[in-house]
Amino acid sequence: MVRFQNVGMRYGPGPEVLRDVNFELSAGSFHFLAGPSGAGKTSLLKLLYLAHRPSRGLITMFGQDVSTASRAALPMLRRRIGVVFQDFRLLDHLTALDNVALPLRIAGADEKRTREHVVELLTWVGLGDKLDARPATLSGGEKQRVAIARAVIARPSLLLADEPTGNVDPEMAQRLMYLFVELNKLGTAIVFATHDTHLLQRFRFPVIRLRNGQVSIDRNAA
Amino acid sequence: MSARTASQRPASDLQLEADGTGRFLPWALAVMVFLAALALAGALALDGSIEGWRRGVSSKLTVQIADRPGEPLAPRIEKALDVLRGIPGVAAAEPLERRAVEALLEPWLGSDALQADLPLPGLIDVTLAGNNALSVDALAARLQAAVPGARIDDPKPWLDRLIQLGRLLQTLGGGIVLLVGLASAAMVIFATRAGLAARRDTIELLHLIGAEDGYIAKQFQRHVARQAIRGGIVGGVIAVLVLLAIQLLASRVGAGLLPGLALAWWHWLALMILPIAAALLAIFTARLTVLGELRAML
Repeated sequence: MVRFQNVGMRYGPGPEVLRDVNFELSAGSFHFLAGPSGAGKTSLLKLLYLAHRPSRGLITMFGQDVSTASRAALPMLRRRIGVVFQDFRLLDHLTALDNVALPLRIAGADEKRTREHVVELLTWVGLGDKLDARPATLSGGEKQRVAIARAVIARPSLLLADEPTGNVDPEMAQRLMYLFVELNKLGTAIVFATHDTHLLQRFRFPVIRLRNGQVSIDRNAA
Repeated sequence: MSARTASQRPASDLQLEADGTGRFLPWALAVMVFLAALALAGALALDGSIEGWRRGVSSKLTVQIADRPGEPLAPRIEKALDVLRGIPGVAAAEPLERRAVEALLEPWLGSDALQADLPLPGLIDVTLAGNNALSVDALAARLQAAVPGARIDDPKPWLDRLIQLGRLLQTLGGGIVLLVGLASAAMVIFATRAGLAARRDTIELLHLIGAEDGYIAKQFQRHVARQAIRGGIVGGVIAVLVLLAIQLLASRVGAGLLPGLALAWWHWLALMILPIAAALLAIFTARLTVLGELRAML
């Protein structure tokens, strides 16, 4: 579903932050993305959620070469990708419900069904009583769950999560982790960036390890 | 927090309505529509005047018979009328009564001078038939031979110049409307760019969620349309009030001295379309600006 071949990436004229990256993600897979700060995790995620183009190499997603895809082709590809940003990136003036509904509205979905879906999902993540709350009034864990709900509401084929358990207590982290495992069982491929070695030990999913801009795959078997 | 129904949606993801940078736009557009409406009304009103002058050029002449000592005026006017009515191409020739001639002169000479038995020329209003090939010079020569002292006032040369001036003023009015349109577009571009710059993060997020440029442009279009319609209506209404006031004042000054502000019903309709045209221009400009700016983003 996703294939990186000899991918390099740099910001402007700066040095390469990713070098000769090669890996493949199959549909329905679950990968951790780990590595020290500054190793290029966020850059790799940016390539995956199509916020940046590689400076060299070939990236194929959903059967399309995205390194050279036209701007006009990107929205349709992006609608198949859900992203949980490290800093949530919720829109402060919108309610939890409207934030989560955004991907469906952008895709032009029926408004009545959109609302039904969003209410159902927010209830499932334990925010059924916070539909009309704005982000400013939500706790860190609640914002995190709204961000996750927004990432999965449109049933993406690929879900990218940047430290989705970084801002919550260990108990909430575990609950959120189970949420991702559930989604994965429903068929969504997941890339889960984390620093948390406990999670890596507890859930034995393969790990994409980044070190100095280069990637290695660790099967992470017990 | 109030309960919302399923059909309710937030005003916009980009929250453009809360934008301080765009708050001046309705007022600026109101001024622009007001100015454009005045310029357009002027140009349209001249249409009627020019048409009147144009008819005058081809179909009206005035014959003047100078008062001569020892020669009574009335028989000479009768003679001139006979000559004129005998010429093919002259549709009508009517003498102006002395009182009508006095009325024409009174604003300039005052009633005292007229009462003092001032020798006045006899005037004949001549209407020519349409499509006549009559030469004014030949007509003047025939008249002169029959009635010495008769002279033809041909208004054509100065009416031609008047028409030229009218057309120039119309072009100027059109030019002003065009310039006002360009200035309005420039303001919309400025406001839209400011709005985009203030929302780069949100726009990037919408893009990453799968929004097409058109989705973002539409929000700017809706926002600008609301502002332009508000401003356009205010500017348009004030312009109509000002035009009505000018019409009233011009009619009090009296006909003849001023061309007046003669607006036909379709002229008023054109003026009412102006706010709509302004809104369409604003929407179109906002769309092009947003699409152009977004092209620089991934």
